[in-house]
Amino acid sequence: MLELVEITPPKKVGIIPCNGEELPEGTLTRFACRKVLDQIKPNNTVTICLPLFINNGKEERGFVENFPTITVDGCDKRCGQKITEKLGGKKPEHSIVITDLLKEHGINAPGSARTLVDMDQQAIDLVAGEIAKKVDEIISKPNDGGK
Amino acid sequence: MANKTTVVLPCSGIGKPYGEIGRQSTYTLMEDLCPGKVTTTCLAKLMIGDPDAVELVKNNPVITLDGCAQDCARKNVESAGKKPDRAVRVINTFKHHRDLKPTGILDLGEPGRKLVEILASDLALEIDCPAKKEGSADA
Repeated sequence: MLELVEITPPKKVGIIPCNGEELPEGTLTRFACRKVLDQIKPNNTVTICLPLFINNGKEERGFVENFPTITVDGCDKRCGQKITEKLGGKKPEHSIVITDLLKEHGINAPGSARTLVDMDQQAIDLVAGEIAKKVDEIISKPNDGGK
Repeated sequence: MANKTTVVLPCSGIGKPYGEIGRQSTYTLMEDLCPGKVTTTCLAKLMIGDPDAVELVKNNPVITLDGCAQDCARKNVESAGKKPDRAVRVINTFKHHRDLKPTGILDLGEPGRKLVEILASDLALEIDCPAKKEGSADA
């Protein structure tokens, strides 16, 4: 006799980087988020385009309303976190600020917003690892850790 | 646009290569083709109404570079009370050079880097920078 097993789709978490174009730390948010999306947690993460979220992007708004999010901001202006709270109607599950994280671990910020070099890989890995850790915390929650 | 600092604002897209082409074109203008004549700011700062970012776009010529048809950079500049002097869709540059298909989203590969050169060179002409590279086409 066949045993019926309920197959549940993987829980999803929205990663919202500020993508700050002016600052090296903004570039770091992009590279770290892509690493999480493409390599570390491809089945559990999606990215939310912040400008599209503001411009009433229906998919973005709907996702933020219904799923847990992690904001990744390059500096303490916390643009991503502020916009998510204002327009998403709720706080992100976790808010990461790159400048704080690098300082905590004694790692230098990249020297350029234009291009990251080999020595910046440590910073990318640190931020990506932190995001992935927070994703794991969310999806391991028994109840409301994402749909 | 010759006598003012031009603000070039790329969109923040990281889902497709065209956002990165806009960003790299911005950096190319700032650092290589038009140093001192071009600047940028974080689109997200503009979106939260950061006073410095809002003043910057209101008081200077603005070019927006959007990676997709949602035109987020243009719309966010308009929301800040400024009509961009030029609104560019990066995809239009690709349409003129379909042989130059970027090979990655953030690492554009050689074809993507060539598209960056072409777009930045075309924009440099509009900003009235002298260093136009050969091989450019319509943005």
